[in-house]
Amino acid sequence: MKPLTEIDGAPAPASPVVGIDQTAGNFSYKVDYAFDAGTGLSEDTIRYISSVKKEAPWILEFRLKALKTFWDKPMPTHWATKDLENIDFQKIRYYLSQGQKPKRTWDEVPDDIKKTFERLGIPEQERKFLAGVEAQFDSEAAYSNIKDIVAKQGVIFVNSTEGLREHPEIFKKFFGKVIPTGDNKFSALNSAVFSGGSFIYVPPGVKVAQPLQAYFRINAENFGQFERTLIIADEGSEVVYMEGCTAPKFSTSTLHSAVVELVALKGAKIQYITVQNWANNVFNLVTKRGVAHEDAEIKWIDCNIGSRLTMKYPGVVLKGERARGEVLSIALANDGQHQDTGAKMVHAANNTTSNIIAKSISVGQGRSTYRGVVHIPKHLKGCKNNTECDALLINTNSRTDTYPAISVRGDRNATQHEASVSKVSEDMIFYMQSRGLTEAQAMSLAVNGFINDLARQFPMEYSVELKRLIDLEMEGSVG
Amino acid sequence: MSLLEIKNLHISIGDKAIVKGFNLTIKPGEVHAIMGPNGTGKSTLAKAIAGHPSYTITGGDVILDGKSILAMQPDERARSGLFLAFQYPSEIPGVSIANFLRAAVQARMAEGEELDASGYYKKLYSKMDLLKIDRKFTSRAVNDGFSGGEKKRCEILQMAMLEPHFALMDETDSGLDIDALRIVADGVNTLRSGPLGILLITHYQRLLDYIVPDFVHVMYDGRIVKSGNKSLALELEAKGYDWVKQEFAAANA
Repeated sequence: MKPLTEIDGAPAPASPVVGIDQTAGNFSYKVDYAFDAGTGLSEDTIRYISSVKKEAPWILEFRLKALKTFWDKPMPTHWATKDLENIDFQKIRYYLSQGQKPKRTWDEVPDDIKKTFERLGIPEQERKFLAGVEAQFDSEAAYSNIKDIVAKQGVIFVNSTEGLREHPEIFKKFFGKVIPTGDNKFSALNSAVFSGGSFIYVPPGVKVAQPLQAYFRINAENFGQFERTLIIADEGSEVVYMEGCTAPKFSTSTLHSAVVELVALKGAKIQYITVQNWANNVFNLVTKRGVAHEDAEIKWIDCNIGSRLTMKYPGVVLKGERARGEVLSIALANDGQHQDTGAKMVHAANNTTSNIIAKSISVGQGRSTYRGVVHIPKHLKGCKNNTECDALLINTNSRTDTYPAISVRGDRNATQHEASVSKVSEDMIFYMQSRGLTEAQAMSLAVNGFINDLARQFPMEYSVELKRLIDLEMEGSVG
Repeated sequence: MSLLEIKNLHISIGDKAIVKGFNLTIKPGEVHAIMGPNGTGKSTLAKAIAGHPSYTITGGDVILDGKSILAMQPDERARSGLFLAFQYPSEIPGVSIANFLRAAVQARMAEGEELDASGYYKKLYSKMDLLKIDRKFTSRAVNDGFSGGEKKRCEILQMAMLEPHFALMDETDSGLDIDALRIVADGVNTLRSGPLGILLITHYQRLLDYIVPDFVHVMYDGRIVKSGNKSLALELEAKGYDWVKQEFAAANA
């Protein structure tokens, strides 16, 4: 363990890499970290994190218990990829920050961190269309602000440390309840070392007009980012939350393992939108789940581009009558990437409905896997599920697998499932080329067409961003 | 002057020679019809000139405006002024005709130059009016679930928008009933009033009742064996292709 004063620098800016890694997020600036938990994982790591955050004793206890659960749980390689075994937990840095208190204005954010977010366009987006922004740099938020008009409505938008310390009466009740520590090995890891993320509370009846956004940036090499997000929408309230993620490309692997819990109380609506564009050395192992009470609605919109391995299956527990759950997901797996994504819908009350639309694109050696769980027990009636999963393959080496598990019991519920696999054929590319489009433009257009009906449901700014990311990926995939 | 010269062209698929010494020069404004029995290399000729990767050019040259196009990618050939109207156009799900054409027009512009959206739509709608195509048509995904007639109209609309110097029209009449055929032919006739040179590939004479060619060539065994004017097409209609085959056999005996 390093003393608090020791400063550890990030590597020099990465040189622009040609090909598929050439994305907007692939850069890093040298940053001096005031707080560093060192390399490797032990009880001491946990105690260090908890002490710099000045946490209440119950949180340290929660963390230490979670660490034990993490060590006890085996890697889920009996069903998941063996690539997980390549993660060396003792070579990862678990906590790096310049301080625990985010700045409220961009002017106060240290220059070395600010220039990263400016280059990613975050302050500009905030001015244009966001109700609040939190910008996390490695372990902690460097910037966090909510527009006055939203704060006056009683909306709380803080990071996890502040949420648990300043508003325990609101957050403690739901923290770790939607996703218990032992849900899976990586939710346990997150529970042990979590830092950053967003804690949001929307009071009854408040409809937040503009989206709240968090941006998660990994800057350091060999780093693990473990943000923890908890969103509580009280009765009849509405909120849209968007997160973006990037990291520079390093030769060593980086770990991102978040836990996101959503609670939509009676009649509330939560929409959670992710556009991740991780560099392809990132293991992205994220647990996301929401509980929808009576007449509530939770919608996950999940775009997974980049990363070495993503395992993510956003879920909704439909706990109250007439609750609705939806997962719309897009995954793009390029060479050397594996997108193992899907959705979980657990129906636990009558007349609940769920909808899953998953689209995956595999390019070159890229691999896509869809895993879905839909559970409707026998004693329920009037439940409906619709599942569609479509895969698009670009060139013959790509691979796609579908593992739907739909358990619908009883005869008073309905489900429908459709799956398709299509290919961007040589003839289709030739057709577009014969109109003057280059091969890369033709592929981009084919991919954009494939996801078009889904992308149209995204907020404008995000569908534009998604299109740009796809163009970049396709440019890199053609010789 | 714009000129498309096909010189002693030889084309193979794998090891199999399909086109064996094809010669033709097309000038602006000319319509050349290529007729012939199935399997004589008509469609191969059109696709190979457009640059389809499955076809290998083993000899000869294709020269557009004085420059050989054989080393060019299909998209470069298209941007140089060549257009292939497909016999079986591909479906592009999720991409509207308007967006597809917009991308194609944008691809013809210099790097950094931005397409003027209102100017683009103005031009698109004027071309649609000219071809009597309903405006709702362009919001549909390219060829996705189209009838045979709609697919061919979509090809003609693309041709009108991209304003090629030379169009290769591959079996434009296949799969069309007589009404659809008339609509498509009207479109081609509207466009041929300009400097556009057309190579019209067809198996049946009936298309030539609607699009009257300046020249008719009979293709057999990978090359042109007979050339003439419109009356040659009528003669073929009356006598059938066996007559050509016999003549060809006699000449080679």
